[in-house]
Amino acid sequence: MTERVVAAFVPLVDCAVLVAAREQGFAAAEGLELTLVKEPSWASLRDHLSLGHVDCAHALAPLPVALTLGVGHVRVDCVVPFVLNRGGNAITLAAALVAEMKTFDPDALATPERAGAALAAAVRRREAPLTLGMVFPFSNHNFDLRYWLAAAGIHPDRDVRLVAIPPPLMVDNLRAGLVDGFCVGEPWNSRAVAEELGSIVATQSQLFPGAAEKVLAVRTEFAEAAADRMTRLLRALDRAAAWADDAAHHAILAEHLARPDYLGVPRPLIEAALSGRLRFGASSRQDRDFMYFHRSAANLPSAADGVWSYAQMVRWGQLAPSPRQQRLAGAMFRSDLYRRSVPVAGPEPPPSLSFDRIAFSATDVPAYLRRFSLQTPFTEFHAL
Amino acid sequence: MSRRPLRILIIDENAVRAAILEEGLRGASTGGDNGTLEVQHIRDMANVLPRIAAVDPDVILIDLENPSRDTLEQMFQVSRVARRPIAMFVDKSDSATVQAAIDAGVSAYVVDGLRKERVKSILDVTISRFHAFDRLQSELHQAKSALEDRKIIDQAKAIVMKQRGCTEETAYALLRRTAMNQNRKIADLARSLVAAAALLGPGDGDD
Repeated sequence: MTERVVAAFVPLVDCAVLVAAREQGFAAAEGLELTLVKEPSWASLRDHLSLGHVDCAHALAPLPVALTLGVGHVRVDCVVPFVLNRGGNAITLAAALVAEMKTFDPDALATPERAGAALAAAVRRREAPLTLGMVFPFSNHNFDLRYWLAAAGIHPDRDVRLVAIPPPLMVDNLRAGLVDGFCVGEPWNSRAVAEELGSIVATQSQLFPGAAEKVLAVRTEFAEAAADRMTRLLRALDRAAAWADDAAHHAILAEHLARPDYLGVPRPLIEAALSGRLRFGASSRQDRDFMYFHRSAANLPSAADGVWSYAQMVRWGQLAPSPRQQRLAGAMFRSDLYRRSVPVAGPEPPPSLSFDRIAFSATDVPAYLRRFSLQTPFTEFHAL
Repeated sequence: MSRRPLRILIIDENAVRAAILEEGLRGASTGGDNGTLEVQHIRDMANVLPRIAAVDPDVILIDLENPSRDTLEQMFQVSRVARRPIAMFVDKSDSATVQAAIDAGVSAYVVDGLRKERVKSILDVTISRFHAFDRLQSELHQAKSALEDRKIIDQAKAIVMKQRGCTEETAYALLRRTAMNQNRKIADLARSLVAAAALLGPGDGDD
């Protein structure tokens, strides 16, 4: 008997695994009719997920963490039984700003550190603060951008202005001069580059190799009430992820994603993002690890993924530090649910260092956070 | 005791829906012990934060599907200008109203400390007005498609009359009977007939 599962998604290249599960028949093979619901914003996706209008969602990794911890919203218990992809975001800055940065360092685009240093020089010279776009308060985009800025000595709450913009509107905002840059997923960085509006200065794969970018967020209530459907869904997603990770399938995957009911953008842009071919300024580079769906145990959720989000929320004052909240953030990433569905799942890969060589410690977050001089205390953030 | 009127801000690119909602809220404010409401409308998102701050609303009403909600929520979170409104779900006490709101496509942001009954009465009006707007739209849509159907049926009738040399009445009866036999709508049959006639009929003289 076929049973239904409804999943919400935001039109981005990294909804690929869900699309492949439906379009390539991996869900059907598990006796599931997987219905995909397109969402116009992360707020809308969160509302539909938290009210149970959808069973699960393609979610920014920090989004279900915020829901479970009750940050910025009513508390809704969620679990993450599957990581949909690792990497995939990039930071793009406006062409004029990059030109200005190059007056300080002609080779500013060589590494994220040099780009950061050149941007800091430009920020210091300006009177009005720069405006930078990201996608949602609880997103890696927000946290990656803040981390990179802060590493260059730019305080993300004092020296620049951050605004949340839905991904499909990001390039329009850059074209209109309303933002000086942004951190967003593909294909929107490549689109800005193709239109010569800006340059990519850093990718998530450079900043935080192997970071869990989008996850499958499931309400705990659904995961418990429909355990069998969950198991079958995870098996289907695992096969879909393996299929999507194979470069031989990227052309057909891009064709699915290009359809108007999914992304509705030209196929070549999607194919380039899938292959990790990105243009940095004048040169084009291929980064095989830019975004991946399955290899290196990518789908296996790890408590460290959740605790990382918790640590960023604390660093930037979205949340008061709390050992209890930290435990919750880790425990909701349920590797046991994944392993139960896919018994062959390999071991957890060792954690990798971020670009500034600071190792993340999921066991001692306070010590980890003490290494950063730029922070926004919870009390200051919430002072009106 | 004089109370400051409750300020409501509608953010909606659709001027008709906003007007319908505004009228509904104004009407609601005159009756009962609801107190007075002050309703304002912002149509576009340009420079929205200072404009919201200027209104200083207690309740913000916005279409659930509006892509600008992510921008709004982030602004509320970091804003020191406007009082910080929170999504209506933060108070779980009335989940039936919240469900009804979501079903109607309404989302609301409410400044902390507002009485629940007042929020509920405002939401109820908003939900019913959103439904009224949807009805209006579907009626408009129906009227439009009825008009289009009539046009295409007239064209099909003309083709049948010409081919068979029959009266309009006979042509219509023939179309209706054929549609019934094929279990199709008469407009759909007419559409195929007109398309087929365009294919088979005399061209524009090019060939």
